[in-house]
Amino acid sequence: MESAVLIFVLPMLMFMLLGIGGKYMTHRTAGRLGTLGLTVITVLAYVTAYRYFGAGRSGGVWLPQTVFHLEWLRFTENLQIELGILLDPISVMMLVVITTVSLMVHIYSLGYMKGERGFQRYYAFLSLFTFSMLGLVVATNIFQMYIFWELVGVSSYLLIGFYYTKPAAIAASKKAFIVTRFADLGFLIGILLLSFYTQTFNFTELMSGNVCASASGATFLGGSVIAWALGLIFVGGAGKSAMFPLHIWLPDAMEGPTPVSALIHAATMVVAGVYLVARLFPLYIEAAPELLVGIAIVGAFTSLYAAVVACVQTDIKRVLAFSTISQIGFMMVALGVSGMGGHAGLGYVAGMFHLFTHAMFKALLFLCAGAIIHTIGSNEMSAMGGLRKYMPVTHITFLVACLAISGIPPFSGFFSKDEILTAAFLFSPWMGVLMSGIAGLTAFYMFRLYYNIFWGAEAKREHTPHEAPVSMTAPLLFLAFVTCFAGFIPFGNFVSSDGVEYTIHLDGKVALSSVGLACVAIGIAFRFYRQASVLPAKMATAFGGFYRAALHRFYIDNLYLFITKRIIFAGISQGIAWFDRHVIDGAMNLTATVTQKVAYCIRGLQSGQIQQYAFVFLIGTLLIVVWMVFL
Amino acid sequence: MNFLSLFVGIPVVMMLGLLLAGNLKQIRAVMVAGATALLALAVMLTIMYLGERSAGNTAQMLFRADVLWFAPFNIHYAVGVDGISVVMLLLSAVIVFTGTFASWRMAMQQREYFMWFCLLATGVFGFFISIDLFTMFMFYEIALIPMYLLIGVWGSGRKEYAAMKLTLMLMGGSAFLLVGILGIYFHSAPAGGTYTMNLLEIAQYRIPMEAQRLFFPLTFIGFGVLGALFPFHTWSPDGHASAPTAVSMLHAGVLMKLGGYGCFRVAIYLMPEAAKELSWIFILLTGISVVYGAYSAIVQKDLKYINAYSSVSHCGLVLFAILMLNQTAMTGAVLQMLSHGLMTALFFALIGMIYSRTHTRLITEMGGLMRVIPFLGVGYVIAGLASLGLPGLSGFVAEMTVFVGAFEQADTFHRVMTILAATSIVITAVYILRVIGKLLYGSVVNPAHQQLKDATWDERLAVIGLMLAVAAVGLAPLWISDMISDSMVTVVEQLAK
Repeated sequence: MESAVLIFVLPMLMFMLLGIGGKYMTHRTAGRLGTLGLTVITVLAYVTAYRYFGAGRSGGVWLPQTVFHLEWLRFTENLQIELGILLDPISVMMLVVITTVSLMVHIYSLGYMKGERGFQRYYAFLSLFTFSMLGLVVATNIFQMYIFWELVGVSSYLLIGFYYTKPAAIAASKKAFIVTRFADLGFLIGILLLSFYTQTFNFTELMSGNVCASASGATFLGGSVIAWALGLIFVGGAGKSAMFPLHIWLPDAMEGPTPVSALIHAATMVVAGVYLVARLFPLYIEAAPELLVGIAIVGAFTSLYAAVVACVQTDIKRVLAFSTISQIGFMMVALGVSGMGGHAGLGYVAGMFHLFTHAMFKALLFLCAGAIIHTIGSNEMSAMGGLRKYMPVTHITFLVACLAISGIPPFSGFFSKDEILTAAFLFSPWMGVLMSGIAGLTAFYMFRLYYNIFWGAEAKREHTPHEAPVSMTAPLLFLAFVTCFAGFIPFGNFVSSDGVEYTIHLDGKVALSSVGLACVAIGIAFRFYRQASVLPAKMATAFGGFYRAALHRFYIDNLYLFITKRIIFAGISQGIAWFDRHVIDGAMNLTATVTQKVAYCIRGLQSGQIQQYAFVFLIGTLLIVVWMVFL
Repeated sequence: MNFLSLFVGIPVVMMLGLLLAGNLKQIRAVMVAGATALLALAVMLTIMYLGERSAGNTAQMLFRADVLWFAPFNIHYAVGVDGISVVMLLLSAVIVFTGTFASWRMAMQQREYFMWFCLLATGVFGFFISIDLFTMFMFYEIALIPMYLLIGVWGSGRKEYAAMKLTLMLMGGSAFLLVGILGIYFHSAPAGGTYTMNLLEIAQYRIPMEAQRLFFPLTFIGFGVLGALFPFHTWSPDGHASAPTAVSMLHAGVLMKLGGYGCFRVAIYLMPEAAKELSWIFILLTGISVVYGAYSAIVQKDLKYINAYSSVSHCGLVLFAILMLNQTAMTGAVLQMLSHGLMTALFFALIGMIYSRTHTRLITEMGGLMRVIPFLGVGYVIAGLASLGLPGLSGFVAEMTVFVGAFEQADTFHRVMTILAATSIVITAVYILRVIGKLLYGSVVNPAHQQLKDATWDERLAVIGLMLAVAAVGLAPLWISDMISDSMVTVVEQLAK
């Protein structure tokens, strides 16, 4: 599978080429070169997927294959970082998702970013991101994953801050990096703990089953160290995947160019945390099943929180960002409620399936939003309204995506979300009901968005909006096409918790109730936002306090600001800096001053005057004589 | 004489050359020739060293030479290198080379400046090749003295104060060190035997425990002062802030490494029992250094202060790792010295270049420089990313090796300290991104900065050289890490005895 190695190397080369040589190229050349490179990579990824799945199962399961590895750094005899490529169903699926969305974004950006300053840099960063993300998903060991994990973090930082003269973008990029870095600290310590007790980084060895046995004795505060390690690793995943309370960076990350939001902050990087849990899933099941319940709870809470907040936001990208957080919560719930193998493992299949379908329709939503923002020049919903006449393609594709995310058959989101709900009911009726409710909320806020943009009252505009150019609409159409039909992929045949084929059956009751709920929610949205109406304002006043709290994202950001600005910066850092200058350095200066003062005092003794010396000598002699004679 | 002595010889010849040089052009020619020769020599040494090792030469020190110097005290001029010193020599050569170009446009008294610069280089190189305690100490002092004049004469700001402070504090450190070394000397053989200054010979004999208890702290603190050991680090911010660019580069890049190198080559290697017994005290102090430096850096406004505190934090990690007393962590310590040396030199070089344009180092008075001087801006971002431990650049390799090594100590005390030290990677990200955000991004704060010119060729050479080195270590760390790790075996065996 040499082609897989190329997938790894090519984007890096593209990055180098565009990064160093970019300033000698025209925008056109750079854009085309980047897109061409990515087309090749996408083809290679499809070929790899075709070959992998084409080779068939062995012994009834999809076997993981390490097609390439290279020793990169050796810590001890057992612990070494390898760079390699591991192909298994989920990594191959991710290859396809990442390259597809990335290619769409590359093509789309040709139109969207046209004429922007730093166009070459933009494409260079996209290549860097694609490289990092691909390296992350094909990692053969957890340390390789961590390496690329950091690299996607920095690509995200660079791309969020692409408009680096905009203060909001600078702040957002910094925030994204630092919040995820903080979470990565947990990831790192988790890796260190895990590897100390298991003496390996390698995924295959970690999954081999004797890991827990080797560390069974060690416990910390009542939990096994492996469970602690896995918990800390999940913190890393939660940071990247914007789980509550580490979600605060994602809405702000919308300051980046919209195609970047589609690629990184909707389809690929933010699901890395889900991927991480899926990757270590057998370990979680084996060593810390109680932790999975925790993951499910975190996922459910995040999902609910984000869905509520999404209902009241007015910036379309922010609505989509909260929607992303909410949907990732769904995936986490799916993994959390899952067991191992067969029907118990439905959650795993559902989570991965949702990751796949969500990547497509959420990227589509963002790209549509980009097309709208591109022509309107604002992110605010109030500046839109009635756009369906001017932007027919964007309108239809956006509607498709909205239907998909709301879980209306036959669009892809219906199938994947429905399985998650089934799995949730399987776990506990409470979880099932809660998640169904959130699915209803999803339908409501998505159609609130839809009606506000494309229907409702037209805002006053200086120039008439126009449909986006072909380079932008073509990706929209492609993704809409995928969204229409991806639901029919027999996903369980490819991806399942234990690699054995699993055929998905729709649960009639769950399907019916969830579709019914979605329709009701859409109906409410229709009533509220189809035409200008006083109802939303009335609702807002009725729920005054709650509405304001939701609008301010329940003040979580303010809490963070308080902790960082007031406590860490003003308290700890200023305190330490003051202490250093005044106490520590003061002590040094004091020593110097005292030495100097004392020297001034005693320098009189070295005056060089013979009379004085003779006088002192005489007195001294007398004193000695007195002492010797009388004492 | 063997060819290692060339490391000392070349700078001396350079000084002679500078004395004879008639004009600036010739001064530059001498410097470039000499610095290139040193770099070539270091590269050649690395290749020869690897060649010898792969040919199966397992001697602890290679290319040894030994000349009796002062018989009554059995003092020798003894040189030899292992993988660790090779790495340090390579680092020093890279910094001297790039430092030469960073001082290209030095405005006044170039001849004298470069002569002190060469003397400093002599001391540094001599220190790393020595295996005799006395020679080592002598070169150590040779490296310190020029610093006083380089800062005091060619510096900026409160240069006299800073130069005096730095020199006095480091001299205070060497007073401890001298006592420590003499203590080692007088316990280097059983009563009545011949005392020796040779590191390898002392290592054969166990220094009695009572003596170790006394002299280990003295030696460790003595070297530690140069390695910015808390609370003896305050010379660093003032000293760096006042020093001219290339001197900061050399000082933070190489001179501070003398501290770390000495700590394990002398203190730990010769007195392993005391190291094991007393390490906890110093782990506490260095653990504080790591976090304390990072927090202090967050609120600083002067670029050089930020970097100086950042150095306190990063060099703290070096000493911290050494004290973990196992092969992986100590290998990580040397990697961290290398990595910190390269990236901090890059930082100071860039800060100097920015300062020479804007005439301020306060981040509050600058902004939006990325658009005006993109080359320097990108360089700064890369240095920053290396500093915050981005994979693919040198910092990551070093930090990860340190943390994996530190985690091998499974007791609660070490665990807690390690996790505490690891939190610095987050704080580092905070201050680095803060500086990048303020300094480079946003819109130009001072209208006069609109007209700034981007890097000249000599500046580009220095920056690109260092960036390549940082990237090379970060991308292909295995051979360097192996080279260090193999040489670390003797230290580890010494500890295990």
